[in-house]
Amino acid sequence: MTDFQSPDTDPGRHDPIHDAGKSSGRPPVTDWLTDFDHQHPDYAATAPAIWEQVRTSGCPIAYSKRYGGTWLPTRHDDIAAISKDFEHFSSQGVVVTEYRPDIPAPMGYAPPITSDPPFHQVARSILLKFFSPKAIEGWEPVARETCRRLIADIQQRITAGEAVIDCAQSYSQHVPVMIMADMLSLPREDGDIFRRFIHNVMEEGGGGEELPYEETIDFYLDSHVAARRNDLGDDLISYLCQADIEGMALLDEHVRGTIALLIIAGIDTTWSAIGASLWHMAQHPEHRSRWINEPSVQPFALEEFLRFYAPVTMARLLAKDIEFEQCPMKAGEWTLLPFPAANRDPAFFDQADEFIMDRARNRHSAFGLGIHRCIGSNLARMELRVAMEEWMRAFPDFELADPDTVAWSTGQVRGPRALPMRFPA
Amino acid sequence: MKIKYDRSACQGHNRCYMLAPELFDTDDEGYALLLVEGDVPADLEEKARLAADNCPEFAIEIEE
Repeated sequence: MTDFQSPDTDPGRHDPIHDAGKSSGRPPVTDWLTDFDHQHPDYAATAPAIWEQVRTSGCPIAYSKRYGGTWLPTRHDDIAAISKDFEHFSSQGVVVTEYRPDIPAPMGYAPPITSDPPFHQVARSILLKFFSPKAIEGWEPVARETCRRLIADIQQRITAGEAVIDCAQSYSQHVPVMIMADMLSLPREDGDIFRRFIHNVMEEGGGGEELPYEETIDFYLDSHVAARRNDLGDDLISYLCQADIEGMALLDEHVRGTIALLIIAGIDTTWSAIGASLWHMAQHPEHRSRWINEPSVQPFALEEFLRFYAPVTMARLLAKDIEFEQCPMKAGEWTLLPFPAANRDPAFFDQADEFIMDRARNRHSAFGLGIHRCIGSNLARMELRVAMEEWMRAFPDFELADPDTVAWSTGQVRGPRALPMRFPA
Repeated sequence: MKIKYDRSACQGHNRCYMLAPELFDTDDEGYALLLVEGDVPADLEEKARLAADNCPEFAIEIEE
């Protein structure tokens, strides 16, 4: 077994309480048990220590008045129970914001992630066959070729004398963008546009400045969908344009919302998982050599990356009042679903705070639990595997240029956004 | 050893299919299909345990 104590769970390294607010425009957090803010940079930097603090506080579900009332469960079993109770915990809001979503029931803005039963299953079935493991196998050669081309560019830059290369900017962020662009038959060059949409929704919590319609993801997608209707192909947008529910074509808002979902949920999540895995490997030469010398450990290592660095925290909007584990939750409040916290719960995992590269029993919930299990999980897993296989083949040795220049995203998707690496000659 | 698979609990995580493709296939929508009826062949018992122990939804049980 090769274990290590995650540096970001070492309580001596950061003090989430007293460091709060030092480096952000958000109001300082006075106490992570009663005033937490998941969009605060200190949450991004020290989330595992905060979950641990909440989990052991005597009240493992924290509450904050922020965002109109937000709950933070931290135990696996509570997170699983909330994920499965769609009667009280609605998916019509899945990103915590100051305002409440303007709900076009029953589908929500981005079906099926924002849909509740019974419409949810209808909207989900339309997509499932595109994302089944066998359908995704067909995309593996595209992913591999994409990774190899990105790596060839990086190798050229190293040969040309660049000492430090940001692997988040030059590698991990591009892989999911390019594959998703291909699946939708949208230009790969539009990756920057996708990333701006994603940033607005996920990292600003949708609460950024109001954009003119021509600069929104709605406008971008409406234009492409309208054009595609006259020029159908075998891509996912064409498929959605021709799909029906009991003989009725999907509404324009449904088609647009689903594509928005695939772009928003399918990109920075996987970008984060690849980046966090590289960040880990950069600091663990023993895990790099084991990956290379013992290929049979790789499937377990990939699941352990997903457990240990699960990027995605979902949210639910309380549809009705409920007393949940002695917490008086009120309709209209939020609850976060921090799957990464479930993945660190010592009541559910042995040695939960240790990265165990060959962990064989690993019931992690990186892709959520219940009916909203990440529909792109097979795609994400394939991209992570191929990105790591190709990277490790090309770069068996690499290290962080300077740990202090690594920057983690804030909000509900956690992963490195700046990841400068150095490569030995 | 027998495998008990609860289709109503399965959410299509596909962990079983990845770990034990000799025992589990998936349908067009990605939900698991149990391939063995009756006893698990002795050489696949360890894979059956792995599939059960990695299902996030507890949809697979082993009966020994």
